[in-house]
Amino acid sequence: MNVPAFALLCLAGLLVGCGVYLLLERSLSRIFIGLGLLTHGVNVLLLASGGRGGRPPLLGMEDPASMGDPLPQAMMLTSIVLSLGTTAFGLALAYRSWWITGHDEVVDDVEDRLVSRRAEKNANLFDESATGEEDEGINYDEEGKQ
Amino acid sequence: MFALVVAHMCAALVAPWLVDRMGRRALRVLAVLPAVCVILALALAPRVIAGTAPEESLVWIPGLDVTLWMRMDLLSWLMTLIVGGVGLLVLVYASSYFTDTSSGLRRFAATFTAFAGAMFGVAVSDDVIGLYTFWEATAVLSFLLIGHHYERRPARTGARQALLLTSSGALALFVGFVVLTTTPGGTPRISGLVHAAATGELDTSSPQVILGAALVVIGALSKSALLPFHFWLPGAMTAPTPVSAYLHAAAMVKAGVYLVARLTPGFTDVPGFSPIIVTVGLVTMLIGATRALRQHDLKLVLAYGTVSQLGLITATIAIGSASAMASGLVMLLSHSLFKSSLFLTVGAVEQSTGSRDLRKLTGVGRQKPVLAAGAALAAASMAGLPVTSGYLGKEALLSALIDGSGAAWIGGGHNGTTPTDLLIGLVVLTGSTLTAAYAWRFWWGAFGRRHLKATEESDKKGDITRPDSRIQGELTACAPTPFPMLLVIWVLASGALLGLLPTYLEHVIGLHGAGQLPGHAHLAWWSGWLPALLTALIFLAAALLAAHATWVEDIQRKVGLRVTLADLYAWSIHEIEIGAARLTRFVQRGSLPWDLSIILLTLCGGAAAVLLMDPPSRLVLRWADSPPQVLLVLLISIAAFFTVRSRRRMRAALLLGAVGLGVCLLWVVQGAPDLAITQLVVEAVGFVVFVLVLRRLPPLFSDRPLQRSRWWRLFMAVVSALGTVCAGLYASSARIHTPVSALMANEAWSFGHGKNIVNVILVDIRAWDTVGELSVLLVIATGVASLVHITGRRQTPTRQRQRGTVLAAATQKASLGEERTWTSVTSVVTRFLFPTMIVISVWLLLVGHNAPGGGFVGGVVAGLAFVLRYIEGGRAALADAMPAPAGQILGTGLFIAGLGALLPLVNGNTVLESTAIDWHFGGYGDIHFTTAMILDVGVYVLVIGVVLDLISTLGSELDLQGAREERA
Repeated sequence: MNVPAFALLCLAGLLVGCGVYLLLERSLSRIFIGLGLLTHGVNVLLLASGGRGGRPPLLGMEDPASMGDPLPQAMMLTSIVLSLGTTAFGLALAYRSWWITGHDEVVDDVEDRLVSRRAEKNANLFDESATGEEDEGINYDEEGKQ
Repeated sequence: MFALVVAHMCAALVAPWLVDRMGRRALRVLAVLPAVCVILALALAPRVIAGTAPEESLVWIPGLDVTLWMRMDLLSWLMTLIVGGVGLLVLVYASSYFTDTSSGLRRFAATFTAFAGAMFGVAVSDDVIGLYTFWEATAVLSFLLIGHHYERRPARTGARQALLLTSSGALALFVGFVVLTTTPGGTPRISGLVHAAATGELDTSSPQVILGAALVVIGALSKSALLPFHFWLPGAMTAPTPVSAYLHAAAMVKAGVYLVARLTPGFTDVPGFSPIIVTVGLVTMLIGATRALRQHDLKLVLAYGTVSQLGLITATIAIGSASAMASGLVMLLSHSLFKSSLFLTVGAVEQSTGSRDLRKLTGVGRQKPVLAAGAALAAASMAGLPVTSGYLGKEALLSALIDGSGAAWIGGGHNGTTPTDLLIGLVVLTGSTLTAAYAWRFWWGAFGRRHLKATEESDKKGDITRPDSRIQGELTACAPTPFPMLLVIWVLASGALLGLLPTYLEHVIGLHGAGQLPGHAHLAWWSGWLPALLTALIFLAAALLAAHATWVEDIQRKVGLRVTLADLYAWSIHEIEIGAARLTRFVQRGSLPWDLSIILLTLCGGAAAVLLMDPPSRLVLRWADSPPQVLLVLLISIAAFFTVRSRRRMRAALLLGAVGLGVCLLWVVQGAPDLAITQLVVEAVGFVVFVLVLRRLPPLFSDRPLQRSRWWRLFMAVVSALGTVCAGLYASSARIHTPVSALMANEAWSFGHGKNIVNVILVDIRAWDTVGELSVLLVIATGVASLVHITGRRQTPTRQRQRGTVLAAATQKASLGEERTWTSVTSVVTRFLFPTMIVISVWLLLVGHNAPGGGFVGGVVAGLAFVLRYIEGGRAALADAMPAPAGQILGTGLFIAGLGALLPLVNGNTVLESTAIDWHFGGYGDIHFTTAMILDVGVYVLVIGVVLDLISTLGSELDLQGAREERA
């Protein structure tokens, strides 16, 4: 049975936990540092999903039986490069926020709340049922004759 | 049959164009399609009656074994005749009814034609998927047709209500079909299902079959407007009259009846099937008929009358004996004809007088004798006057019940009449009396000559007492009715005369369910003295009711329930809307930490729920692989802990870098060299990016969290950490199959022509992933540039200096730009390192297919070389070193990658398939490369572009903005 070391899983858990702790902050630079930790944690988890570590997956140099699982590695490679891009984007956001407001904190989106409040108010507009009886006087077929 | 459905849909597509060209006469052209349905049915008639049902099949989704079947047996044949015949006539009627300038005529023509096609599909489909598809199509198209005058609110409400009710019923139908199909003995073909249920192959008493049948019945009842869904039909009367005549009399509402008739021969043995449908149908009949007696709107009288009749027909059919089935089918046929004729009559009356309120009409019959006579014929059939087809059906039912229906669930067999038979008969008798009464109410209301004063008194609102200009000398003013409309009404009304051919009808209609249902069909004018007496009784009672119509109305107004099902529906819709809005308000508060918490909690909760519901049987635990691994885990944990603790931005960034380096070493220990080198260079670039941005921001994190939110975050952190550990533990223990990657070692060499399996996965096995990733990188780089390059809208200019790190100091100096010196150690080192790193990057790219390396790591290394130039000499040096603007490099990279993806096509392979190319140069050696290499070159170039973009944006542009600010 090829299961990963428990130590690796613990590390993944710890990194994810630390990442989440920072992720729930309001300062954008902290959020993206947290995202960096979270990415490391998920990468470790991905690697752990490949089971026990092994020799590098290089044909001709190593015995295929002793190699580590190459598939998680390929996925992690994608993840590592993309995390660089995400971090850069987040920092650019932080910079932009600082440029406009003087700090890099994410404030609450008031519009978001207003939208849902309005939705509740407008619910009254859609709650009619039609029985055909409320409009006896209307001729539905000839608009010209009204 | 398939071709005919497709023809309808094509005609619907060209219908708007036809209307543009020909105006309302286009409807007559479109009427050809339903006419073809009729012709097809007539042509197939000999085969259908001989009992050999023509079939067609079409493989739709081979992977799921979905094949569409169409089959025209007697029931389908009858439905085709109704759907096609009435459709043809209604289209002809509509071509006179509408004017060329009527609003939405193009939409009407298209949706009506498509509806006719879908309805034909419902009638002839013999597999559950096909039937369900057409069933849903009719629901959506009817929504469009009912909401024809969408600028009016009642039309919108009525259309939405009809759609909501019928399509939720359709969902139940779908689930029911799936359940029936997957039950042992089930089949996706409907005829097969019925046959299996009749022969016992399908165990009719198994819970699965009962559940499936119940769901299907719910679908049928909702479509045919039976209780408790009946109120959508009167609500849908906001539709134009031709739509009501077709959808709400002949076609759509008959789909449910059709389905019950289709299933009854087999499914009457399912416990509860017949009794429940019969009960629901009979109650619907009574309620509908009573409600019809208090309506003033002629169309509503008909609508409630339709609800009532549909209840009766469904109940009759579901009784489950051959005699009841035959009488039900006769009712189905005659109802389609007289009800559509009557709806069209209302349209004609309304068109000529401008009203359909029976309190405002008087003496119309005197001015329009032809119309009144046609309507009288149809109304007679509705009332069940002897020798009309309506009479024939009712008579057959009554005599069948008197003689004992013979249905198994009633306890019949050959025991003769049972109390249940008599009870049903009594209810039908009452319903027929009410029917005859509202038939009179309708006809006399539309055409009779009355003293309007008498009705004025009965109206409590009193809005009728105001003088109406249209009423002159006790006669409502009438405009002439066009001849085609009269013709259509007459043709449909003369369907009542089918009652003159009882033997022929018995011969044909009796074929459905014959041999499967007990008893035999019997249709006749005269079935003995008792039925004749009952008919007389019906008309006597009906005459009494009609004479005291006002009294009946008053009683109903006083006794009527305050809360109707329609109110209940409105209330539940309202509550759902409010509930949804409240849920949204609760979940999405506009606060980022809250939203993220909700997402994370859902994730952890979902995973936990799965684990709790299906806990893995075993748990394998292995503590660690090697001492270095444990050491690294400890080091990384410490670094991560301090990252969280640090209050200074720069320190946090440094510690994050430390975590990254630790992780990088961990990859080495785990045997992933590709990851290790990529992680290393990515960490380097990432750290530079952090420094470049953070130098502009305040040194300390601004947010000093409240105690409470800190505890919350701690809680969330612990939950996610535990969630991750559990998920990893259980997921890896749950593995029972060999990993898919076990095959990849072989494939990498034989298909991908490479020795570095990870690289082959990236550029070949999962190449689409890589292409997607490249696009994401491109978007990110563009996003970063846009965020920084747009300046302005600034509110509080504040300046922050960053101190402490060497690198920051270096960039600070670099930002001064112009005064470059060649003396520092950095510049000398850079001079040496820049070309070396470029060469290394190209080497990494080239060996990547067979050794650790590849486009990603190569690109980042090359990018780092440029970063070095920037650190040494500022933006001027970077500009010197950059071969082209970052945007161009990005684009070129994506272009090359696309080229590499498409090149295999030249060799006849598929997109992104690795193709080996070998060139031999005699004694000089051979060149061997694969097309995947070109994709990797694209990756390389694009990644260089990304890094350059980041540096020139977050470095040079930020320098410029800082310098500008200092000057200001």
